[in-house]
Amino acid sequence: MTAKTAIDQTGAPGWLQALPFGLVFLFFFVLPLAFVVIVSFWDYNDYEMLPSFTTRSYVETFEGCLAELPNLCTILKTYVSTAKFCLIVWLATLLVGFTIAYFLAFHIKTVTTQMVLFLVCTIPFWTSNVIRMISWIPLLGRNGLVNLALEKAHIVNAPLEWLLYSPFSVTLAFVHLFTFFMVVPIFNSMMRIDRRLVEAAYDAGASGWQTLWNLIIPLCKPGVVIGSIFVVTIVMGDFVTFDVMGGEQIASAGKVVETRLNALQFPPAAANAVILLGVTLLIIVGLNRIVDVRKEL
Amino acid sequence: MGEGRSPAFYWLAAFFAVFVLFLYGPMIVIFILSFQGPTGGLTFPLNGVSLHWFERLLRGGGLIDISDAFKRSLELGVVVMILTVLLSLSAGLAFRKRFVGSNLLFYVAVASLIVPSIVTSLGIALEFRLLDDFLKAHGPAWISDDLKTTMDTFTSGLGAHLTWTLPFGLLVMFAIFNRFDHRYEEAARDLGATPWQTLRHVVLPIILPSVIGVGLFGFTLSWDEIARSSQAMGEHNTLPMELQALTTTVTTPEIYALGTATTGVSFAVIAVALLAIAFVRARQARHGSDAGHA
Repeated sequence: MTAKTAIDQTGAPGWLQALPFGLVFLFFFVLPLAFVVIVSFWDYNDYEMLPSFTTRSYVETFEGCLAELPNLCTILKTYVSTAKFCLIVWLATLLVGFTIAYFLAFHIKTVTTQMVLFLVCTIPFWTSNVIRMISWIPLLGRNGLVNLALEKAHIVNAPLEWLLYSPFSVTLAFVHLFTFFMVVPIFNSMMRIDRRLVEAAYDAGASGWQTLWNLIIPLCKPGVVIGSIFVVTIVMGDFVTFDVMGGEQIASAGKVVETRLNALQFPPAAANAVILLGVTLLIIVGLNRIVDVRKEL
Repeated sequence: MGEGRSPAFYWLAAFFAVFVLFLYGPMIVIFILSFQGPTGGLTFPLNGVSLHWFERLLRGGGLIDISDAFKRSLELGVVVMILTVLLSLSAGLAFRKRFVGSNLLFYVAVASLIVPSIVTSLGIALEFRLLDDFLKAHGPAWISDDLKTTMDTFTSGLGAHLTWTLPFGLLVMFAIFNRFDHRYEEAARDLGATPWQTLRHVVLPIILPSVIGVGLFGFTLSWDEIARSSQAMGEHNTLPMELQALTTTVTTPEIYALGTATTGVSFAVIAVALLAIAFVRARQARHGSDAGHA
Protein backbone atom coordinates (compact mmCIF):
# COMPACT_ATOMS: atom_id res chain seq x y z
CA MET A 1 0.00 0.00 0.00
CA THR A 2 2.85 2.37 0.68
CA ALA A 3 4.09 1.74 -2.82
CA LYS A 4 0.69 2.80 -4.13
CA THR A 5 0.77 6.23 -2.52
CA ALA A 6 4.28 6.76 -3.85
CA ILE A 7 3.15 6.03 -7.42
CA ASP A 8 0.20 8.33 -6.98
CA GLN A 9 2.34 11.43 -7.22
CA THR A 10 3.64 10.85 -10.74
CA GLY A 11 2.43 11.68 -14.23
CA ALA A 12 -0.55 13.71 -15.35
CA PRO A 13 -3.10 14.68 -12.69
CA GLY A 14 -5.85 12.13 -12.17
CA TRP A 15 -8.76 14.39 -13.03
CA LEU A 16 -7.20 15.19 -16.39
CA GLN A 17 -6.76 11.51 -17.24
CA ALA A 18 -10.37 10.80 -16.26
CA LEU A 19 -11.76 13.86 -18.05
CA PRO A 20 -12.51 12.34 -21.50
CA PHE A 21 -14.17 9.34 -19.85
CA GLY A 22 -16.20 11.63 -17.62
CA LEU A 23 -17.26 13.91 -20.48
CA VAL A 24 -18.70 10.97 -22.41
CA PHE A 25 -20.90 10.11 -19.44
CA LEU A 26 -21.85 13.73 -18.86
CA PHE A 27 -23.04 14.26 -22.44
CA PHE A 28 -24.41 10.83 -23.24
CA PHE A 29 -25.74 9.63 -19.91
CA VAL A 30 -26.22 12.26 -17.17
CA LEU A 31 -27.63 15.05 -19.37
CA PRO A 32 -29.86 12.65 -21.35
CA LEU A 33 -31.33 11.30 -18.11
CA ALA A 34 -31.98 14.86 -16.98
CA PHE A 35 -33.75 15.54 -20.30
CA VAL A 36 -35.89 12.44 -19.84
CA VAL A 37 -37.07 13.72 -16.45
CA ILE A 38 -37.65 17.27 -17.75
CA VAL A 39 -39.49 16.23 -20.91
CA SER A 40 -41.72 13.84 -18.94
CA PHE A 41 -43.37 16.98 -17.50
CA TRP A 42 -43.82 18.67 -20.88
CA ASP A 43 -47.01 18.93 -22.86
CA TYR A 44 -47.35 17.62 -26.41
CA ASN A 45 -49.62 17.57 -29.44
CA ASP A 46 -49.70 15.42 -32.56
CA TYR A 47 -46.41 16.57 -34.00
CA GLU A 48 -44.29 18.32 -31.37
CA MET A 49 -43.48 18.57 -27.71
CA LEU A 50 -44.40 21.79 -25.92
CA PRO A 51 -42.20 23.05 -23.09
CA SER A 52 -44.34 23.64 -19.98
CA PHE A 53 -44.97 21.98 -16.66
CA THR A 54 -47.78 19.47 -16.63
CA THR A 55 -48.35 16.02 -15.17
CA ARG A 56 -50.46 15.13 -18.20
CA SER A 57 -48.21 12.26 -19.34
CA TYR A 58 -48.24 10.65 -15.91
CA VAL A 59 -51.97 11.13 -15.47
CA GLU A 60 -52.63 9.58 -18.88
CA THR A 61 -50.32 6.66 -18.16
CA PHE A 62 -52.24 5.77 -15.01
CA GLU A 63 -55.62 6.68 -16.46
CA GLY A 64 -58.43 4.65 -14.92
CA CYS A 65 -56.15 2.86 -12.49
CA LEU A 66 -58.09 4.06 -9.44
CA ALA A 67 -61.52 3.65 -11.03
CA GLU A 68 -60.85 0.10 -12.16
CA LEU A 69 -59.72 -1.20 -8.79
CA PRO A 70 -59.68 -3.98 -7.73
CA ASN A 71 -59.02 -4.89 -11.38
CA LEU A 72 -55.61 -3.86 -12.70
CA CYS A 73 -55.37 -1.20 -15.37
CA THR A 74 -53.20 -1.76 -18.46
CA ILE A 75 -50.02 -0.20 -17.12
CA LEU A 76 -50.17 -2.06 -13.80
CA LYS A 77 -50.97 -5.32 -15.61
CA THR A 78 -47.93 -4.75 -17.80
CA TYR A 79 -45.69 -4.18 -14.79
CA VAL A 80 -47.05 -7.22 -12.94
CA SER A 81 -46.50 -9.36 -16.03
CA THR A 82 -42.95 -7.99 -16.49
CA ALA A 83 -42.21 -8.61 -12.81
CA LYS A 84 -43.35 -12.24 -13.23
CA PHE A 85 -40.93 -12.68 -16.12
CA CYS A 86 -38.23 -11.09 -13.96
CA LEU A 87 -38.84 -13.50 -11.11
CA ILE A 88 -38.89 -16.65 -13.25
CA VAL A 89 -35.85 -15.62 -15.29
CA TRP A 90 -34.01 -14.61 -12.12
CA LEU A 91 -34.66 -17.98 -10.46
CA ALA A 92 -33.66 -19.93 -13.56
CA THR A 93 -30.49 -17.96 -14.27
CA LEU A 94 -29.52 -18.06 -10.59
CA LEU A 95 -29.86 -21.85 -10.32
CA VAL A 96 -28.14 -22.54 -13.63
CA GLY A 97 -25.51 -19.83 -13.19
CA PHE A 98 -24.64 -20.89 -9.65
CA THR A 99 -24.32 -24.55 -10.62
CA ILE A 100 -22.07 -23.74 -13.57
CA ALA A 101 -19.91 -21.37 -11.53
CA TYR A 102 -19.68 -23.93 -8.70
CA PHE A 103 -18.58 -26.64 -11.11
CA LEU A 104 -15.92 -24.42 -12.67
CA ALA A 105 -14.62 -22.99 -9.40
CA PHE A 106 -14.58 -26.07 -7.17
CA HIS A 107 -14.52 -29.16 -9.35
CA ILE A 108 -12.04 -28.18 -12.06
CA LYS A 109 -8.57 -28.51 -10.65
CA THR A 110 -6.26 -26.85 -13.16
CA VAL A 111 -6.38 -23.16 -13.93
CA THR A 112 -5.93 -23.76 -17.65
CA THR A 113 -8.96 -26.06 -17.90
CA GLN A 114 -10.90 -23.58 -15.80
CA MET A 115 -10.07 -20.73 -18.14
CA VAL A 116 -10.81 -22.75 -21.28
CA LEU A 117 -14.22 -23.87 -19.98
CA PHE A 118 -14.97 -20.34 -18.76
CA LEU A 119 -14.14 -19.03 -22.23
CA VAL A 120 -16.47 -21.63 -23.77
CA CYS A 121 -19.30 -20.14 -21.66
CA THR A 122 -18.28 -16.59 -22.53
CA ILE A 123 -17.89 -16.74 -26.30
CA PRO A 124 -21.64 -16.84 -27.12
CA PHE A 125 -22.00 -13.61 -25.13
CA TRP A 126 -19.81 -11.97 -27.75
CA THR A 127 -22.20 -12.77 -30.58
CA SER A 128 -25.42 -11.09 -31.58
CA ASN A 129 -28.42 -11.52 -29.28
CA VAL A 130 -30.89 -11.27 -32.15
CA ILE A 131 -29.20 -14.14 -33.96
CA ARG A 132 -29.15 -16.21 -30.80
CA MET A 133 -32.89 -15.53 -30.54
CA ILE A 134 -33.80 -16.46 -34.10
CA SER A 135 -31.69 -19.60 -33.79
CA TRP A 136 -34.52 -21.03 -31.68
CA ILE A 137 -36.96 -20.85 -34.61
CA PRO A 138 -35.84 -24.08 -36.33
CA LEU A 139 -36.00 -25.86 -32.98
CA LEU A 140 -39.23 -24.56 -31.47
CA GLY A 141 -41.31 -23.64 -34.54
CA ARG A 142 -44.44 -25.43 -35.67
CA ASN A 143 -42.38 -27.76 -37.84
CA GLY A 144 -39.32 -27.44 -35.67
CA LEU A 145 -37.13 -30.22 -34.38
CA VAL A 146 -38.80 -30.38 -30.95
CA ASN A 147 -42.28 -30.76 -32.39
CA LEU A 148 -41.09 -33.31 -34.97
CA ALA A 149 -39.45 -35.37 -32.26
CA LEU A 150 -42.52 -35.22 -30.00
CA GLU A 151 -44.81 -36.25 -32.84
CA LYS A 152 -42.51 -39.08 -33.92
CA ALA A 153 -42.50 -40.37 -30.37
CA HIS A 154 -46.32 -40.08 -30.30
CA ILE A 155 -46.21 -37.87 -27.22
CA VAL A 156 -48.35 -35.26 -28.95
CA ASN A 157 -50.70 -35.53 -31.93
CA ALA A 158 -50.58 -31.95 -33.14
CA PRO A 159 -47.60 -29.58 -33.02
CA LEU A 160 -47.34 -27.66 -29.74
CA GLU A 161 -48.13 -24.00 -30.39
CA TRP A 162 -46.81 -22.61 -27.11
CA LEU A 163 -43.17 -23.43 -27.86
CA LEU A 164 -42.49 -20.34 -29.96
CA TYR A 165 -43.79 -16.75 -29.83
CA SER A 166 -45.03 -17.36 -26.32
CA PRO A 167 -44.11 -16.52 -22.72
CA PHE A 168 -42.22 -19.80 -22.71
CA SER A 169 -39.94 -18.86 -25.61
CA VAL A 170 -39.36 -15.38 -24.14
CA THR A 171 -38.27 -16.91 -20.83
CA LEU A 172 -36.11 -19.50 -22.57
CA ALA A 173 -34.39 -16.80 -24.62
CA PHE A 174 -33.69 -14.70 -21.52
CA VAL A 175 -32.11 -17.67 -19.76
CA HIS A 176 -30.17 -18.51 -22.90
CA LEU A 177 -28.88 -14.97 -23.35
CA PHE A 178 -28.26 -13.74 -19.82
CA THR A 179 -27.16 -16.65 -17.61
CA PHE A 180 -23.70 -15.34 -18.47
CA PHE A 181 -24.37 -12.32 -16.25
CA MET A 182 -24.90 -14.65 -13.29
CA VAL A 183 -21.99 -16.98 -13.99
CA VAL A 184 -19.30 -14.27 -14.13
CA PRO A 185 -19.87 -12.47 -10.78
CA ILE A 186 -20.64 -15.71 -8.89
CA PHE A 187 -17.57 -17.39 -10.36
CA ASN A 188 -15.54 -14.34 -9.35
CA SER A 189 -16.86 -14.52 -5.76
CA MET A 190 -16.12 -18.24 -5.59
CA MET A 191 -12.55 -17.83 -6.80
CA ARG A 192 -11.93 -15.46 -3.91
CA ILE A 193 -13.02 -17.98 -1.28
CA ASP A 194 -10.00 -19.18 0.66
CA ARG A 195 -9.68 -22.90 -0.19
CA ARG A 196 -8.41 -23.55 3.33
CA LEU A 197 -11.91 -22.74 4.64
CA VAL A 198 -13.34 -25.51 2.50
CA GLU A 199 -10.67 -27.91 3.74
CA ALA A 200 -11.34 -26.88 7.33
CA ALA A 201 -15.05 -27.59 6.85
CA TYR A 202 -14.18 -30.99 5.36
CA ASP A 203 -11.80 -31.79 8.24
CA ALA A 204 -14.45 -30.74 10.75
CA GLY A 205 -16.75 -33.36 9.25
CA ALA A 206 -19.09 -31.19 7.16
CA SER A 207 -20.83 -32.96 4.31
CA GLY A 208 -20.68 -31.55 0.80
CA TRP A 209 -24.13 -30.03 1.16
CA GLN A 210 -23.31 -28.50 4.54
CA THR A 211 -20.18 -26.90 3.13
CA LEU A 212 -22.18 -25.58 0.20
CA TRP A 213 -25.02 -24.22 2.31
CA ASN A 214 -23.15 -22.85 5.32
CA LEU A 215 -19.90 -21.73 3.74
CA ILE A 216 -19.93 -21.26 -0.02
CA ILE A 217 -23.39 -19.76 -0.52
CA PRO A 218 -22.98 -17.10 2.20
CA LEU A 219 -19.56 -16.14 0.84
CA CYS A 220 -20.92 -15.90 -2.71
CA LYS A 221 -23.64 -13.46 -1.79
CA PRO A 222 -21.96 -10.37 -3.28
CA GLY A 223 -21.60 -12.19 -6.60
CA VAL A 224 -25.18 -13.40 -6.47
CA VAL A 225 -26.46 -9.88 -5.81
CA ILE A 226 -24.41 -8.35 -8.63
CA GLY A 227 -25.62 -11.02 -11.04
CA SER A 228 -29.21 -10.57 -9.87
CA ILE A 229 -29.06 -6.81 -10.41
CA PHE A 230 -27.86 -7.35 -13.98
CA VAL A 231 -30.48 -9.94 -14.85
CA VAL A 232 -33.39 -8.13 -13.21
CA THR A 233 -32.60 -4.76 -14.78
CA ILE A 234 -32.12 -6.35 -18.20
CA VAL A 235 -35.50 -8.08 -18.10
CA MET A 236 -37.26 -5.00 -16.71
CA GLY A 237 -35.99 -2.75 -19.50
CA ASP A 238 -35.98 -5.25 -22.35
CA PHE A 239 -38.08 -4.79 -25.45
CA VAL A 240 -36.10 -6.62 -28.13
CA THR A 241 -36.39 -10.11 -26.67
CA PHE A 242 -40.09 -9.60 -25.91
CA ASP A 243 -40.59 -8.46 -29.51
CA VAL A 244 -38.64 -11.14 -31.35
CA MET A 245 -39.45 -14.12 -29.13
CA GLY A 246 -42.94 -13.04 -28.14
CA GLY A 247 -44.10 -12.48 -31.69
CA GLU A 248 -44.97 -8.86 -30.77
CA GLN A 249 -47.81 -10.18 -28.64
CA ILE A 250 -46.44 -9.81 -25.13
CA ALA A 251 -46.40 -6.46 -23.36
CA SER A 252 -43.47 -5.42 -21.19
CA ALA A 253 -42.39 -2.36 -19.23
CA GLY A 254 -39.65 -1.57 -21.75
CA LYS A 255 -41.97 -2.02 -24.71
CA VAL A 256 -44.41 0.55 -23.34
CA VAL A 257 -41.68 3.18 -23.74
CA GLU A 258 -40.81 1.95 -27.21
CA THR A 259 -44.45 1.95 -28.37
CA ARG A 260 -44.86 5.57 -27.31
CA LEU A 261 -41.63 6.46 -29.08
CA ASN A 262 -42.74 4.82 -32.30
CA ALA A 263 -45.78 7.09 -32.14
CA LEU A 264 -43.36 10.01 -31.64
CA GLN A 265 -45.07 10.90 -28.35
CA PHE A 266 -41.96 11.96 -26.48
CA PRO A 267 -43.37 13.28 -23.19
CA PRO A 268 -45.44 10.12 -22.48
CA ALA A 269 -42.44 7.99 -23.52
CA ALA A 270 -40.28 9.98 -21.09
CA ALA A 271 -42.86 9.62 -18.30
CA ASN A 272 -42.93 5.86 -18.83
CA ALA A 273 -39.14 5.82 -18.86
CA VAL A 274 -39.07 7.65 -15.52
CA ILE A 275 -41.54 5.12 -14.05
CA LEU A 276 -39.49 2.22 -15.42
CA LEU A 277 -36.33 3.74 -13.97
CA GLY A 278 -38.01 4.25 -10.58
CA VAL A 279 -39.27 0.66 -10.41
CA THR A 280 -35.87 -0.69 -11.47
CA LEU A 281 -34.08 1.35 -8.80
CA LEU A 282 -36.57 0.15 -6.16
CA ILE A 283 -35.81 -3.45 -7.06
CA ILE A 284 -32.06 -2.79 -6.84
CA VAL A 285 -32.45 -1.14 -3.43
CA GLY A 286 -34.53 -4.14 -2.35
CA LEU A 287 -31.86 -6.58 -3.53
CA ASN A 288 -29.22 -4.62 -1.62
CA ARG A 289 -31.35 -4.86 1.50
CA ILE A 290 -31.44 -8.64 1.28
CA VAL A 291 -27.68 -8.70 1.49
CA ASP A 292 -27.40 -6.00 4.13
CA VAL A 293 -29.93 -7.72 6.38
CA ARG A 294 -27.57 -10.63 6.70
CA LYS A 295 -24.71 -8.20 7.29
CA GLU A 296 -22.90 -9.11 4.11
CA LEU A 297 -20.93 -6.41 2.39
CA MET B 1 -11.90 -31.61 -0.90
CA GLY B 2 -11.27 -35.34 -1.00
CA GLU B 3 -9.00 -37.15 -3.39
CA GLY B 4 -10.24 -38.40 -6.74
CA ARG B 5 -13.53 -37.51 -8.36
CA SER B 6 -16.66 -37.48 -6.25
CA PRO B 7 -20.01 -38.55 -7.74
CA ALA B 8 -21.00 -34.88 -7.58
CA PHE B 9 -18.30 -34.14 -10.13
CA TYR B 10 -19.92 -36.35 -12.76
CA TRP B 11 -23.38 -34.90 -12.17
CA LEU B 12 -22.03 -31.39 -12.41
CA ALA B 13 -19.95 -32.23 -15.46
CA ALA B 14 -23.05 -33.63 -17.15
CA PHE B 15 -24.97 -30.48 -16.23
CA PHE B 16 -22.17 -28.35 -17.67
CA ALA B 17 -22.20 -30.37 -20.90
CA VAL B 18 -25.95 -29.86 -21.25
CA PHE B 19 -25.50 -26.14 -20.59
CA VAL B 20 -22.86 -25.87 -23.31
CA LEU B 21 -25.15 -27.74 -25.69
CA PHE B 22 -27.93 -25.31 -24.74
CA LEU B 23 -25.60 -22.37 -25.49
CA TYR B 24 -24.23 -23.61 -28.79
CA GLY B 25 -26.88 -26.03 -30.09
CA PRO B 26 -29.29 -23.48 -31.58
CA MET B 27 -26.42 -21.55 -33.16
CA ILE B 28 -25.10 -24.70 -34.78
CA VAL B 29 -28.59 -25.42 -36.12
CA ILE B 30 -28.89 -22.08 -37.92
CA PHE B 31 -25.32 -22.45 -39.13
CA ILE B 32 -26.32 -25.72 -40.80
CA LEU B 33 -29.62 -24.33 -42.09
CA SER B 34 -27.90 -21.35 -43.70
CA PHE B 35 -26.48 -23.84 -46.23
CA GLN B 36 -30.05 -24.86 -47.09
CA GLY B 37 -30.75 -25.66 -50.74
CA PRO B 38 -32.55 -23.06 -52.93
CA THR B 39 -35.96 -24.67 -52.32
CA GLY B 40 -35.45 -25.20 -48.59
CA GLY B 41 -37.32 -23.38 -45.83
CA LEU B 42 -36.72 -22.06 -42.34
CA THR B 43 -36.77 -25.48 -40.70
CA PHE B 44 -35.43 -28.96 -41.31
CA PRO B 45 -35.24 -31.03 -43.46
CA LEU B 46 -32.39 -29.73 -45.60
CA ASN B 47 -33.38 -29.68 -49.26
CA GLY B 48 -29.86 -30.15 -50.50
CA VAL B 49 -26.77 -28.19 -49.57
CA SER B 50 -25.84 -24.95 -51.28
CA LEU B 51 -24.37 -21.49 -50.91
CA HIS B 52 -27.52 -20.10 -52.53
CA TRP B 53 -28.57 -17.92 -49.59
CA PHE B 54 -25.07 -16.54 -49.03
CA GLU B 55 -24.94 -15.66 -52.73
CA ARG B 56 -28.23 -13.80 -52.51
CA LEU B 57 -26.96 -12.01 -49.44
CA LEU B 58 -23.75 -10.95 -51.21
CA ARG B 59 -25.53 -9.86 -54.38
CA GLY B 60 -27.89 -7.79 -52.31
CA GLY B 61 -30.60 -8.40 -54.90
CA GLY B 62 -32.66 -10.53 -52.55
CA LEU B 63 -34.96 -9.38 -49.84
CA ILE B 64 -32.10 -8.11 -47.78
CA ASP B 65 -29.78 -5.28 -48.67
CA ILE B 66 -27.59 -5.00 -45.68
CA SER B 67 -24.18 -4.11 -47.11
CA ASP B 68 -24.51 -0.47 -45.98
CA ALA B 69 -25.57 -1.46 -42.49
CA PHE B 70 -22.79 -4.05 -42.40
CA LYS B 71 -20.17 -1.45 -43.32
CA ARG B 72 -21.60 1.12 -40.91
CA SER B 73 -21.61 -1.31 -37.99
CA LEU B 74 -18.06 -2.39 -38.79
CA GLU B 75 -16.78 1.21 -38.90
CA LEU B 76 -18.66 2.13 -35.74
CA GLY B 77 -17.36 -0.98 -33.98
CA VAL B 78 -13.76 -0.11 -34.83
CA VAL B 79 -14.12 3.51 -33.66
CA VAL B 80 -15.86 2.38 -30.46
CA MET B 81 -13.10 -0.17 -29.89
CA ILE B 82 -10.32 2.40 -30.23
CA LEU B 83 -12.06 4.97 -28.02
CA THR B 84 -12.97 2.33 -25.42
CA VAL B 85 -9.34 1.27 -25.13
CA LEU B 86 -7.97 4.83 -24.94
CA LEU B 87 -10.58 6.28 -22.58
CA SER B 88 -10.76 3.24 -20.25
CA LEU B 89 -6.98 3.03 -20.06
CA SER B 90 -6.67 6.71 -19.26
CA ALA B 91 -9.48 6.54 -16.69
CA GLY B 92 -8.03 3.33 -15.25
CA LEU B 93 -4.73 5.16 -14.67
CA ALA B 94 -6.62 8.09 -13.13
CA PHE B 95 -8.46 5.84 -10.66
CA ARG B 96 -5.12 4.67 -9.23
CA LYS B 97 -4.67 8.17 -7.87
CA ARG B 98 -6.94 10.35 -5.82
CA PHE B 99 -8.96 12.87 -7.78
CA VAL B 100 -11.99 14.96 -7.04
CA GLY B 101 -15.20 13.19 -8.02
CA SER B 102 -13.63 9.76 -8.52
CA ASN B 103 -16.37 8.09 -6.49
CA LEU B 104 -19.07 9.95 -8.37
CA LEU B 105 -17.57 9.01 -11.73
CA PHE B 106 -17.38 5.36 -10.72
CA TYR B 107 -21.02 5.28 -9.63
CA VAL B 108 -22.15 7.06 -12.80
CA ALA B 109 -20.31 4.50 -14.93
CA VAL B 110 -21.89 1.59 -13.03
CA ALA B 111 -25.30 3.27 -13.19
CA SER B 112 -24.91 3.41 -16.96
CA LEU B 113 -24.80 -0.39 -17.01
CA ILE B 114 -27.88 -0.71 -14.84
CA VAL B 115 -30.23 1.97 -16.18
CA PRO B 116 -32.40 0.26 -18.83
CA SER B 117 -30.92 0.86 -22.27
CA ILE B 118 -34.18 2.16 -23.70
CA VAL B 119 -34.14 4.98 -21.13
CA THR B 120 -30.59 6.02 -22.02
CA SER B 121 -31.41 5.77 -25.70
CA LEU B 122 -34.51 7.92 -25.31
CA GLY B 123 -32.52 10.50 -23.33
CA ILE B 124 -29.87 10.79 -26.03
CA ALA B 125 -32.58 11.11 -28.69
CA LEU B 126 -34.25 13.91 -26.70
CA GLU B 127 -30.94 15.67 -26.14
CA PHE B 128 -30.17 15.74 -29.86
CA ARG B 129 -33.70 16.74 -30.81
CA LEU B 130 -33.53 19.70 -28.43
CA LEU B 131 -30.09 20.54 -29.80
CA ASP B 132 -31.52 20.48 -33.34
CA ASP B 133 -34.37 22.79 -32.32
CA PHE B 134 -31.93 25.14 -30.62
CA LEU B 135 -29.57 25.25 -33.61
CA LYS B 136 -32.41 25.82 -36.06
CA ALA B 137 -33.75 28.70 -33.97
CA HIS B 138 -30.58 30.35 -32.74
CA GLY B 139 -27.65 28.90 -34.69
CA PRO B 140 -25.73 30.91 -37.30
CA ALA B 141 -27.17 30.73 -40.81
CA TRP B 142 -24.43 28.42 -42.17
CA ILE B 143 -25.49 25.78 -39.67
CA SER B 144 -29.22 26.30 -39.39
CA ASP B 145 -29.97 26.66 -43.12
CA ASP B 146 -29.62 23.08 -44.27
CA LEU B 147 -29.58 21.35 -40.93
CA LYS B 148 -31.82 18.32 -40.82
CA THR B 149 -30.58 16.65 -37.69
CA THR B 150 -27.39 16.38 -35.68
CA MET B 151 -28.30 12.79 -34.84
CA ASP B 152 -26.13 10.32 -36.71
CA THR B 153 -24.06 7.18 -36.42
CA PHE B 154 -20.92 8.96 -35.29
CA THR B 155 -22.54 11.60 -33.05
CA SER B 156 -25.43 10.33 -30.95
CA GLY B 157 -24.88 6.71 -32.01
CA LEU B 158 -21.23 6.68 -31.03
CA GLY B 159 -22.05 8.26 -27.66
CA ALA B 160 -24.79 5.72 -27.00
CA HIS B 161 -22.41 2.84 -27.64
CA LEU B 162 -19.68 4.32 -25.46
CA THR B 163 -22.05 4.52 -22.46
CA TRP B 164 -22.34 0.75 -22.83
CA THR B 165 -18.72 -0.24 -23.59
CA LEU B 166 -16.82 2.15 -21.30
CA PRO B 167 -18.16 0.80 -17.96
CA PHE B 168 -17.07 -2.70 -18.99
CA GLY B 169 -13.70 -1.28 -20.03
CA LEU B 170 -13.28 0.47 -16.70
CA LEU B 171 -14.19 -2.65 -14.70
CA VAL B 172 -11.61 -4.68 -16.65
CA MET B 173 -9.04 -1.93 -15.97
CA PHE B 174 -9.80 -2.18 -12.25
CA ALA B 175 -9.21 -5.91 -12.39
CA ILE B 176 -5.92 -5.31 -14.23
CA PHE B 177 -4.53 -2.71 -11.87
CA ASN B 178 -5.63 -4.57 -8.73
CA ARG B 179 -3.27 -7.35 -9.75
CA PHE B 180 -0.50 -5.06 -10.99
CA ASP B 181 2.78 -5.23 -9.11
CA HIS B 182 3.70 -1.62 -8.27
CA ARG B 183 7.35 -2.49 -7.76
CA TYR B 184 7.90 -2.54 -11.52
CA GLU B 185 6.98 1.12 -11.72
CA GLU B 186 9.08 2.01 -8.71
CA ALA B 187 12.05 0.26 -10.21
CA ALA B 188 11.57 2.18 -13.46
CA ARG B 189 11.34 5.44 -11.57
CA ASP B 190 14.41 4.67 -9.50
CA LEU B 191 16.28 4.13 -12.74
CA GLY B 192 15.28 7.62 -13.81
CA ALA B 193 12.34 6.94 -16.15
CA THR B 194 9.86 9.77 -16.66
CA PRO B 195 6.17 8.99 -15.97
CA TRP B 196 5.58 8.71 -19.73
CA GLN B 197 8.53 6.37 -20.19
CA THR B 198 7.33 4.26 -17.26
CA LEU B 199 3.91 3.98 -18.85
CA ARG B 200 5.17 3.34 -22.36
CA HIS B 201 8.00 0.91 -21.62
CA VAL B 202 6.96 -0.77 -18.36
CA VAL B 203 3.24 -0.60 -17.58
CA LEU B 204 1.76 -0.91 -21.09
CA PRO B 205 3.80 -3.93 -22.20
CA ILE B 206 2.86 -5.77 -19.00
CA ILE B 207 -0.88 -5.08 -19.22
CA LEU B 208 -1.08 -5.36 -23.02
CA PRO B 209 -2.90 -8.73 -23.08
CA SER B 210 -5.71 -7.36 -20.92
CA VAL B 211 -5.86 -4.15 -22.95
CA ILE B 212 -6.47 -6.28 -26.04
CA GLY B 213 -9.29 -7.86 -24.05
CA VAL B 214 -10.80 -4.42 -23.46
CA GLY B 215 -10.65 -3.77 -27.20
CA LEU B 216 -12.40 -7.08 -27.84
CA PHE B 217 -15.15 -6.09 -25.42
CA GLY B 218 -15.44 -2.69 -27.11
CA PHE B 219 -15.85 -4.08 -30.59
CA THR B 220 -18.16 -7.01 -29.88
CA LEU B 221 -20.44 -5.06 -27.54
CA SER B 222 -20.82 -2.36 -30.18
CA TRP B 223 -21.16 -4.82 -33.07
CA ASP B 224 -24.13 -6.54 -31.38
CA GLU B 225 -25.68 -3.57 -29.57
CA ILE B 226 -29.33 -2.93 -30.30
CA ALA B 227 -31.34 -1.53 -27.36
CA ARG B 228 -29.26 1.64 -26.93
CA SER B 229 -28.98 2.14 -30.65
CA SER B 230 -32.73 1.92 -31.17
CA GLN B 231 -33.49 5.64 -30.73
CA ALA B 232 -30.03 7.15 -31.06
CA MET B 233 -28.85 6.24 -34.56
CA GLY B 234 -30.77 8.84 -36.55
CA GLU B 235 -31.65 7.78 -40.07
CA HIS B 236 -29.11 5.00 -40.51
CA ASN B 237 -29.73 1.67 -38.82
CA THR B 238 -26.91 -0.54 -37.62
CA LEU B 239 -26.71 -4.18 -38.64
CA PRO B 240 -28.38 -5.66 -35.52
CA MET B 241 -31.25 -3.17 -35.91
CA GLU B 242 -31.74 -4.23 -39.55
CA LEU B 243 -31.59 -7.82 -38.44
CA GLN B 244 -34.26 -7.30 -35.80
CA ALA B 245 -36.52 -5.65 -38.37
CA LEU B 246 -35.92 -8.57 -40.74
CA THR B 247 -37.00 -11.18 -38.20
CA THR B 248 -40.61 -10.18 -38.76
CA THR B 249 -40.53 -9.91 -42.55
CA VAL B 250 -38.07 -12.44 -43.93
CA THR B 251 -39.19 -16.05 -44.19
CA THR B 252 -36.26 -17.55 -46.09
CA PRO B 253 -32.96 -19.02 -44.90
CA GLU B 254 -31.34 -15.79 -46.13
CA ILE B 255 -31.71 -14.51 -42.58
CA TYR B 256 -29.77 -17.53 -41.30
CA ALA B 257 -27.05 -16.82 -43.85
CA LEU B 258 -26.90 -13.27 -42.51
CA GLY B 259 -26.77 -14.67 -38.97
CA THR B 260 -23.94 -17.00 -39.87
CA ALA B 261 -22.04 -14.16 -41.56
CA THR B 262 -22.49 -11.83 -38.58
CA THR B 263 -21.48 -14.51 -36.11
CA GLY B 264 -18.51 -15.22 -38.36
CA VAL B 265 -17.32 -11.62 -37.91
CA SER B 266 -17.73 -11.91 -34.12
CA PHE B 267 -15.80 -15.16 -34.04
CA ALA B 268 -13.07 -13.79 -36.29
CA VAL B 269 -12.62 -10.79 -33.96
CA ILE B 270 -12.57 -13.05 -30.89
CA ALA B 271 -10.04 -15.35 -32.57
CA VAL B 272 -7.78 -12.45 -33.60
CA ALA B 273 -7.93 -11.03 -30.07
CA LEU B 274 -7.16 -14.38 -28.42
CA LEU B 275 -4.30 -15.03 -30.85
CA ALA B 276 -2.90 -11.55 -30.20
CA ILE B 277 -3.10 -12.15 -26.45
CA ALA B 278 -1.38 -15.52 -26.80
CA PHE B 279 1.29 -13.93 -29.01
CA VAL B 280 1.97 -11.11 -26.52
CA ARG B 281 2.11 -13.58 -23.63
CA ALA B 282 4.55 -15.81 -25.50
CA ARG B 283 6.71 -12.82 -26.32
CA GLN B 284 6.68 -11.73 -22.69
CA ALA B 285 7.73 -15.20 -21.63
CA ARG B 286 10.55 -15.26 -24.19
CA HIS B 287 11.88 -11.89 -23.17
CA GLY B 288 11.70 -12.81 -19.50
CA SER B 289 12.57 -9.89 -17.28
CA ASP B 290 12.92 -7.66 -20.33
CA ALA B 291 9.13 -7.45 -20.57
CA GLY B 292 9.23 -3.82 -21.54
CA HIS B 293 11.93 -4.10 -24.18
CA ALA B 294 10.40 -2.73 -27.36
